[in-house]
Amino acid sequence: VIDPIFLAEAALNGILLGGILALLALGLNLIFGVIDIVWIAYVDLVMICMYAIYFTVQVYGWPVWVGGGVALALGALLGIAVHVLIISPILGSAAVNQLLATGGLLFFLQSFATFLWSTDHRTVRFSLPSWDIGGIFLPATRLIPFVISIVAMVVLYLFLTRTYMGTAIRAVAQDREATALMGASPRRIYLVTSAIGGLMAGLAGALLIFQYSVHPFFGGQFGPLTFMICVLGGLGNMPGAFVASFVMAEIIQIAGVIWSTEMGYVIAFVVFIVMMFVRPGGLLTRRQ
Amino acid sequence: VTLARGAGAVLLALLLLEPWLPLGDVRQYLLHVLIQIFVWAFIGGAWSLMGRFGLVSLGHGAFLGLGAYTAALLWNFWGLTPWLGGLVAALLAVLLGAVVAYPCSRFQVVGHYFGLVTLAVGEVVRLLIIAERDWTGGSLGVSLRPAQGDSLLAMQFADKTVFYYASLVLWLAGLLVWRRLDRSMARSAMEAIGEDETAAASVGIHVTRFKVGITALSAALTAVGGVAYTQYISYVNPDTLAGIGVSLRIVFAVVLGGMYSLLGPTVGTALTIALSEYLRIVLGLKFIGMAETIYGLLLILFIIFLPAGIYGSLADLVARVRRGTMVAGSAGPA
Repeated sequence: VIDPIFLAEAALNGILLGGILALLALGLNLIFGVIDIVWIAYVDLVMICMYAIYFTVQVYGWPVWVGGGVALALGALLGIAVHVLIISPILGSAAVNQLLATGGLLFFLQSFATFLWSTDHRTVRFSLPSWDIGGIFLPATRLIPFVISIVAMVVLYLFLTRTYMGTAIRAVAQDREATALMGASPRRIYLVTSAIGGLMAGLAGALLIFQYSVHPFFGGQFGPLTFMICVLGGLGNMPGAFVASFVMAEIIQIAGVIWSTEMGYVIAFVVFIVMMFVRPGGLLTRRQ
Repeated sequence: VTLARGAGAVLLALLLLEPWLPLGDVRQYLLHVLIQIFVWAFIGGAWSLMGRFGLVSLGHGAFLGLGAYTAALLWNFWGLTPWLGGLVAALLAVLLGAVVAYPCSRFQVVGHYFGLVTLAVGEVVRLLIIAERDWTGGSLGVSLRPAQGDSLLAMQFADKTVFYYASLVLWLAGLLVWRRLDRSMARSAMEAIGEDETAAASVGIHVTRFKVGITALSAALTAVGGVAYTQYISYVNPDTLAGIGVSLRIVFAVVLGGMYSLLGPTVGTALTIALSEYLRIVLGLKFIGMAETIYGLLLILFIIFLPAGIYGSLADLVARVRRGTMVAGSAGPA
């Protein structure tokens, strides 16, 4: 029998993890929804940005916010680079080839990171407080990333709904041909979307480094989970991805406490598979 | 055609005689590389049975890992011969394949979604192997219990030559299955389904039956490939035999060679294995990760510039040249 306090702590950790997963999923889902290509290597871009923070903050001793800024800028640059160098030449190819090109990028990033920085786990140490709330342990290294993540998502939401560019991006996600007919250039919108997706990867990297140490295979830990959240939430459906992040995070944390970490992921993935059959359009849609 | 046949015959004769060729110290190493090529080409061929009809699975590691672990654990715990263990493994893979393919077909999970569902299945198998560490050895993997000396029953031999011929036969059997399928009605049916499911169903093709059937066949062959690889390496590990990493590797090799042709998977596998072995020898241990970096870079370049795969593109080119000369010839004397 498990002490309910552990379950409560797992549930709280699930909410905190969900915030970070939602940020990862929203960045990928934006690209997925607009350009209709899954960047299999998305979380590996996050990994590169985590190294950027590690080196600026831990090795060179720059302030955290400068390191974060570097990570964000690097993320946006990487997003643009991926789009210009890899995605745009194969925009018209078969879906398999598009998927595999970014899969090749995954191999490239993982092994290049191994080559440059070895497989050592690297941690940025922060001296931040933590609180004990009725036996539940709440460290600031989890709370701060959660809050920043939520703020970032609100900003993204406002950008997408309140600006001209954001409206154009949403329009492309809805109907590519019609948007082009309305005089918006899909090429430019793709580029901006990739840059924003990269920026989100940079931010996610900056927030993940608070809790996790970085190593070249970091992407394997969150990558598959992130695609599944996007699909579970529904392609290009931002609120859906947001809800799906918390559902998956809670399953992972609670099942992780009851059985084991691996079983937490197993159950989350099985839920994903079953949901694909029951609700193929995403959690928040009704079956047609 | 005769030139190609002749070259093929010479190549096959060379492969058959390989263990007798005067190669000196290189022989053992060459045997090792060729065995790997045959086994992985067989697995790639099994994948392409589905892939060529648009059922792009990113989770064949599930069948590979399930097969490898089933046979290995049955042998380790109960001493069941891998011949029977392999059969059990193939049956379990068929079952898993059907459990995945049936709902995927009924609920029309296709394209990206099919890829992601199978990817999840691959990860589930990998994580279950790790989670059940008490009897699977977890992420450390398990070594096969050694038999006393060479044993046909245990499928364990000290001499690589035995494995070499076994893997050669396995590979040829894989090609035979591919050829049989290619010349059957099922191929036309699957192609129709791949083009347009609704249209295929409207002309009376049983979509679900064909999809589940092809998945089961592909899964069974992949599991057999997993058993063969395990017997040769005599060690199983969840990260090298299940999950996203190995699943993507299989797909890459096949796409690199070309998934729509008989020899595409073999060419792709041979190239990727030869490339990684070459880079490993040239770069050695000094630059850990460099070999894989170049490999990843080449994969991206190949996919951008040769989307039909190396063998596929070459075959296209030959066909186009030949058609060109035929048209020119027939247009000449009227």
